[in-house]
Amino acid sequence: MLAETMEILQRELLKAIGETIQMMIISMVAALIFGTLLGLVLYITSHPMFVKNKVINGIAEAVVNVIRSIPFVILMVLCIPLMQALVGTNIGPQAAAIPLSIAAIAFLARLVDGAFREVDPGVLEAAFATGASIPLILKRVLFVEAFPGLVRAFTVTFVNLVGFSAMAGLVGGGGIGNLAIQYGYYRYETGVMIITVLILVVVVQAAQAIGDSIARKVTKR
Amino acid sequence: MIELKDISVSFGKGESRFHAVKDVSLQINTGEIFGIVGPSGAGKSTLVRVMNLLQQPTQGQILIDGEDITQAKGAKLRQIRKNMGMIFQHFNLISGATVFENVAFALTANGYPKEKQRARVEELLKMVGLSEKIDVYPASLSGGQKQRVAIARALANTPKILLCDEATSALDLESTEEVLSILHRIKENSNITIVFITHDLDAAKKLFDRIAVMSEGQIVEVNDTYSIFSNPVHPVTQMLVNRNFELDVPDFVADAVQADEELYKIYYVGQRAYDPVINEVAKRYDVEVSILHGKIDYIHRQALGILVVKVKGQDAVRQAAVAYMKEHVYRLEKLK
Repeated sequence: MLAETMEILQRELLKAIGETIQMMIISMVAALIFGTLLGLVLYITSHPMFVKNKVINGIAEAVVNVIRSIPFVILMVLCIPLMQALVGTNIGPQAAAIPLSIAAIAFLARLVDGAFREVDPGVLEAAFATGASIPLILKRVLFVEAFPGLVRAFTVTFVNLVGFSAMAGLVGGGGIGNLAIQYGYYRYETGVMIITVLILVVVVQAAQAIGDSIARKVTKR
Repeated sequence: MIELKDISVSFGKGESRFHAVKDVSLQINTGEIFGIVGPSGAGKSTLVRVMNLLQQPTQGQILIDGEDITQAKGAKLRQIRKNMGMIFQHFNLISGATVFENVAFALTANGYPKEKQRARVEELLKMVGLSEKIDVYPASLSGGQKQRVAIARALANTPKILLCDEATSALDLESTEEVLSILHRIKENSNITIVFITHDLDAAKKLFDRIAVMSEGQIVEVNDTYSIFSNPVHPVTQMLVNRNFELDVPDFVADAVQADEELYKIYYVGQRAYDPVINEVAKRYDVEVSILHGKIDYIHRQALGILVVKVKGQDAVRQAAVAYMKEHVYRLEKLK
């Protein structure tokens, strides 16, 4: 029993970890770039001192809300045509990274919007009163003041993605989650199940701890 | 000169529409310290935000040195704001930026050359007495120090106008004194126009040249500081001034006044503040005058004395004595 578990882990674990890392990197980078941008759009188009715009804000809100209301498993299925078009297949980590990225972008966008809303409006008002341009205020005031909140938002998104990426195993995305389902669940290899779950627990704990510590360090209040 | 013409500001729509500022017209002269005082909720903060268009007026015009800025937008608006510094009740410094970065932000906003910024910030911090704090974060400063950094930031681009929104209201007495004396010095050394919003009449007394009193969105009285305190006309002004002087007679004292007694509040101004009118009355008439309460305040080096006195004597004599007092003091107000 133990020997069998060890054999499976030796054969599959490294590959699974590699696939998970691949999915995580692609979707996290996509979220950091596009999620942050979308969050910024949500914020500045709703704020009268920036560039309040009901139409753009309404579209961005709708996009974020619709994506966030689709259960991830369904989102993966919906993304199959897109996977085929972009990477030519609907199995494997690169294909799974597409729905993961889409979910992560929408999720982070909402959190980024929230982090910006936490910024003291008085500080922004003071910045506008100096006659500074909007790009300068975004760069030197909004991002600086929201930075600890943004770090926390990135951390939560990362943790969420670990969970989603495990789910991606369900539709052939590969990775640690796939290992847990294929061996731990379908083949009753409880040992494999426990080890994979432990790995996920450690990763999530570590990510949360690192995120919290960075957020604390960059908070100057 | 700042001119406001028929400025109104309303928020909301329909039933819930709220008029924060109603038909305000004001002229603020170049180089003066102009105060706007009033109870909270009077619309003072909204009005001062209209001056640099942080708040767009619903109606009316704003003229700065004769130029109508009401419709200014984009680059033009930013240019106008660079000529107007502003400080706030809660300082509003960037918490994630050092003192240097906070002040330099205003310089960068104005395109000030980067290599010269350090020297300029040092100069500004020296002016507010905070040179040694240049590289610390605002969190490690006291309220008074934060406000001084905010003043340095507001003056970075040598503006012609400084707007102060309740700038001392979150500070303790000592820090308030510090900030007021810095503002006073700045005004002495330049021709800057300062517009100062406050509900604190102590600050008003020390700093302002002229005062506008605001109540429920309207300006109800404008006068020089001494006149506002010595001769308040509008009931709101009277209420604010009386509250500031803290010369209310306790009820049990007022209730104990006899049939042959009367209570008066007497105001002395200028040189007359030193006249021994009370002595004189007691000598000339057969009345007893007792002092219940009193103080002398100095506003712009002019004395303003207030006494609460009880006059006791027979009706006819008492009336004659009061008539004499009335003639020899600045103002006489019957309390009971």
